Order: sequence, then structure tokens, then C-alpha cells
Amino acid sequence: MTSVILVSIFMTLAAAATPILLAGLGELVTEKAGVLNLGVEGMMLCGAVTGFAVAYSSGSVTLGVVAAAFAGFLAAMIFALLTLGLGSNQVATGLALTIFGIGISSLFGAGYVGRTIQRLGPLFPADYAAHPWLRLVFGHDALVYLSLLLVAAVSLFLRRSRMGLILRAVGENADSAHAIGYRVLAIRAAATGFGGALAGLGGAYFSLALTPMWADRLTAGRGWIALALVVFAAWKPGRLLLGAYLFGAVATFELQAKAAGISWIAPEVLAMTPYLATIVVLTMMSLGTRTGGRNAPACLGKPFPAP
Amino acid sequence: MLEWRRRSEPSRAMLYLSPLIAIALTMLTGMLVFTAIGYDGFHAVQAIFVTPLVEPQRWADLGVKAAPLVMIALGLAIGFRANVWNIGAEGQYVMGAIAGTGVALLTHDMTGWWILPAMALAGILGGAAWAAIPAFLKVRLQVSEILTSLMLSYVAVQFLYYLVRGPWKDPGGFNFPQTKMFSADQVLPAMAEGSLVHLGIPVALLLALAAWFVMGKTVSGFAIRVVGRAPAAARHGGFDAGRVTWVALLASGGLAGLAGLFEAAGPFGQLTPQFPVGYGFTAIIVAFLGRLSPIGIVFGGLVLAVTYVGGEIAQSTVRLPQAATGMFQAMLLFFLLATDVLVRWRLAFRRNPAKVAP
Repeated sequence: MTSVILVSIFMTLAAAATPILLAGLGELVTEKAGVLNLGVEGMMLCGAVTGFAVAYSSGSVTLGVVAAAFAGFLAAMIFALLTLGLGSNQVATGLALTIFGIGISSLFGAGYVGRTIQRLGPLFPADYAAHPWLRLVFGHDALVYLSLLLVAAVSLFLRRSRMGLILRAVGENADSAHAIGYRVLAIRAAATGFGGALAGLGGAYFSLALTPMWADRLTAGRGWIALALVVFAAWKPGRLLLGAYLFGAVATFELQAKAAGISWIAPEVLAMTPYLATIVVLTMMSLGTRTGGRNAPACLGKPFPAP
Repeated sequence: MLEWRRRSEPSRAMLYLSPLIAIALTMLTGMLVFTAIGYDGFHAVQAIFVTPLVEPQRWADLGVKAAPLVMIALGLAIGFRANVWNIGAEGQYVMGAIAGTGVALLTHDMTGWWILPAMALAGILGGAAWAAIPAFLKVRLQVSEILTSLMLSYVAVQFLYYLVRGPWKDPGGFNFPQTKMFSADQVLPAMAEGSLVHLGIPVALLLALAAWFVMGKTVSGFAIRVVGRAPAAARHGGFDAGRVTWVALLASGGLAGLAGLFEAAGPFGQLTPQFPVGYGFTAIIVAFLGRLSPIGIVFGGLVLAVTYVGGEIAQSTVRLPQAATGMFQAMLLFFLLATDVLVRWRLAFRRNPAKVAP
């Protein structure tokens, strides 16, 4: 009996961790190339609404997932066009992208409020997970496995591949990378697009897997938490995984406490916990290093060529 | 063929023209997009951008909506100039309203001219205190103020929900989640009998003048601009970036708090869960539209107020959803950032097609 509860708690935890893991991983790659895209929340919302609309009208959740990644990619391309093409300020443009994502998702989502779809189910057939402990291995949906695979792939890509090395060089010293002959802007645009696609997937996880029902602004600031997660992870995919699952634990605690009907903590106070926890964690990270450098790519947020 | 040429110095004409170009492009794109998705695009744009300006009965509402936007944006612009990115003004706005409402609930049975100033002071302090948290974390521990200020606005909104559903719920309010209505001494006086126009509007204009004076004519304003534009030079000149961060965040928090209190003591007259409407985020657009200059921000606030009022009109005339207003506002910021390129670059006919632009 306890094992059933424990397993179910861990399943909730993985589900809470997956969207910010996906979005955070995308942003990590973007930032490694020296681009600070604060529009994660907006790109997630673009993915969430597109994924839901496509899944609703086509009846295929898979198609919805693919469309969500594409929508996130397109949103990131607006950002790339403005910051890389026209040299606009990255912070301001990222904020604009978030405001845009909130607007567009609530505009196109208005017709879907309250509609439901067939949610993204477990990847493997149910008899694989007959035993409760086996559910931990075989009971997740495809995006959970995909997010874990992507962590490994991104980690290998950044540390072991030639392209990964070039991407990091562009983020650490854009001028030198340019001098050797690498196309800084093209590489940055590609990294931004990858970040957007993963943010789109993260957003779709909300509308297709967590709550298969459309609600306005359903990501509730998770895009910003994904941004904080990248700082927490010191731009390392492995630590990002750890951070996302730690966050998942906090979010699960919030859900369990609500479900258990703990009355001495107000529900509003529980709803604050993810945001407060993020601030506490960011603060502890800074206390830990003292220098404030925290391993950030040296050219993060700096325009190229310099104005 | 056309090509981009870097200007030898930034164009002053484009600095002022590009916001107008951005507005025109937003109207044009909005018309096309909303026509494409099945609305009456022409009349939608007309309702959103033109109707509020040509119908005098809307002007009071424009002022009411512009005042908080201008006040918040004035503070944000100080920070943006110094590279301090306070994007949690929404939270400071809510905390200002909460602090002011706290005073209002304590003095509910009292009368006197001093009550409203005390509420305003509490509003300023509440907003500034909320902004002091990211300031402290930034200056002492180098924690990004972008993330902390934003996280704190989610916390502030939840705190508001907690108060109006719990300890501050009006016992005589039929169990609705809202505080008591403020008393006659606790609401902003109207500027004319029966008018919507309240004291907050002239105060916002005065604050813009004050900000213009401080930023343009004083050493502190100069320090803020130098720290933002040339951090290394600022260090040489003995300007303390940490102090500028504190000043920028406390000023923007205080102004957002005051705006929140004015909204609570003005149009709302109480606190309800509907209180946070996103002015703290829209003010970011206002600050950029106004080119981070106090006088420009007054015009920027007016433009965004037009879109709010016009958005409401378009809801009833062409059945445009409320979310469309947000879309127009975001498009405006996109185009503004895009047309910024014209300040530093110009389009010219390519003389020698073989040559590639640098």
C-alpha cells in the first residue's frame, strides 16, 4: 500500500518536473550560445495553445506535440529576428515575447476554455507496468522519456561534439569565434530556435499531459522558473535534471498538501511556495560561490557585433 | 538594391519618429491579422486606436488608465537606464495597494484629512519594501533582479488573494472575497463633481515633471545614466553601481506602490481578487514607447491607455476578445524594438552591387 502511494507521488513529481526540464534545457542551449531569451514563458504559452488546438481539431495528441514544438520555434524566431537581425536589446525583446505569448495564447485559447482532449497517455502498454514499482520505469508518457534522453544528448553534444564546442565558443567569446570564421549569428539563431522548440514542448506538457483542458495562462510562471533553473544548474545539463526534479518535489508537496486538506496552511501560501523556493535557491547559489560569476557564458546577453 | 548603412551618429529625428512608425505598423499588421482570423480588422483597429481619442466622453477614462501606467513606467525607466531590470512592478503595485488598504482598514472608523496621505505613504513604503528584496539580493549577493522581482510579483498576488479571502474579508460582504469599501475620507477626491478624473492624474503629471528634472538636471540622474551606459567610466568617476541599483529599485517600487494605492483608493474603492490587471507589465511597454524619458512616458502612457479603452470599445462593437488588447500591446513593443534599428542605421540604395554591407 505504501509503495503504491510512494510510486504515485514520484509519478506526480516526474510530471511536475518535465515541463520545466524541457524548457530549461532549451534555454540552457540558447544561453550557452550567448543569447539570453527571457521569453520562455511566452514561448511555452505559444506551444501550449498550439498543441492544444491541433490536438483538439485533429484528434491526435502526437500531432499536437509536434505542432507545439514548431510554434515555440517560430516564437523564438521572432526573438532571433529582432535581437540578432536588428540588434535589439535582448532583455526587452524577451519581455516583449512573454507579453506576446500571453496575449496570443489567451486570444486563440478563448474558444477552447473548458474543452477537453484525450490526454497524452503512458508510452508503454499498461501490462508492462503491472507491478507498482515497474510503473516508475514503464509508466511515464513519451515526453518524460524524451526529456531524459534530451538531457543526455545535450550534455554529450555540448561536451563531446565539435558543433557543441563551436556553440560554446560563440557564447564565451563571440569576437574570437567570428575571427576564426564561424558564423556567430547563424549559430546563435539555431540555438535560439532549439530553445524555442523545447519551450514549446514544455508548454504543451501543460495543455496535453498535465491538465488535458485549456485554461488561460496555464503555465503560471513556470517559464520564469525554468530560467532560474538554468542559473541553479550553473549551465550544466546534469544539474538541470537534478534541479528540475527538486522543483518537482516542491510542486508535488504543494499538490499533496492541498489534496490532504491541510487546513493550517492557507492554499494561497502553498501556491507561493514554488516562487519563494526559487528565490531561496537562487540566493543559496550565490552564497555558495561568493564571486557571483556562477559559470555564466561570458558573452551572455551581449549583442554581436557590439553596437 | 537597398542596403543598411551605419549612421555616423544616432539620428535624433528617428529617435522620435520610430515610435510613431511602430504605432503605424502595429495598426497595419493588426488590421491584416484580425481580418485574416475572421474579425472586422479595419473597424477593430479604428475602435482600438482612434475612437478613444475622438470621442470626448472617453477622455476621462483615458486619464484614469494612463495615470497608473505613467507612474509605474517613470520608476521602471530610471532602472532600465541604469541596467536595473525591475520587471516585478506588478507585485510592488499590489503590495502598495495592500499596505495602503491596511491603513484604510485601521482608520475605517476615523475621519480626517490626514488619512489619505497616510494611506499614500503606506502605499509608497509597501511598494518600496517589496522592491527592496530584489535590491538587497542583487547588491549583496549578485542574484538577478529580473528573476527575483518577477517571482515576488506572483507571491504578492497570492498574498492579496489570501487577505481578501481570509483576514480582510468584509464581514458584511455576503461572503464575497473583498475588503470593506473605503470611507469618504479614504477615497481619492474627484477633480470635478461626478467625474471619473481623480487626484492620481495630476499627481502622475507632476511626478513626470519631477522625474524629468531629477534625471536631466541633477547629479544623481547623471550617475544613473552613466552607470547604465558606461559602467567602467562610472566606476572611475566614483559612482557606486550598488547605490544606483538601490535607488532605481526603491524609486520604481515606491512609484508602483503609490500607483497601486491610487488604483485601490480611486477606481476600485476596495481590494478584490480582480485588482491586479497587469499594469505593472504594460508599464514596461510604456517605458520603452516613451524612450525611457519622463515626458515621452506621459505620451506612451496615453497610447497604451488608448489601447485599453479602445479594446473595451472593440469588444462591444466588433466582438473582439479582450485578449486582443494584449496582442496589440505586444505587437507595439515588437515593432518599437524593431524600428529602433533606424536610429543607428539607415536604408540606402546600394551604389555598387558587388560590395557587401559590412
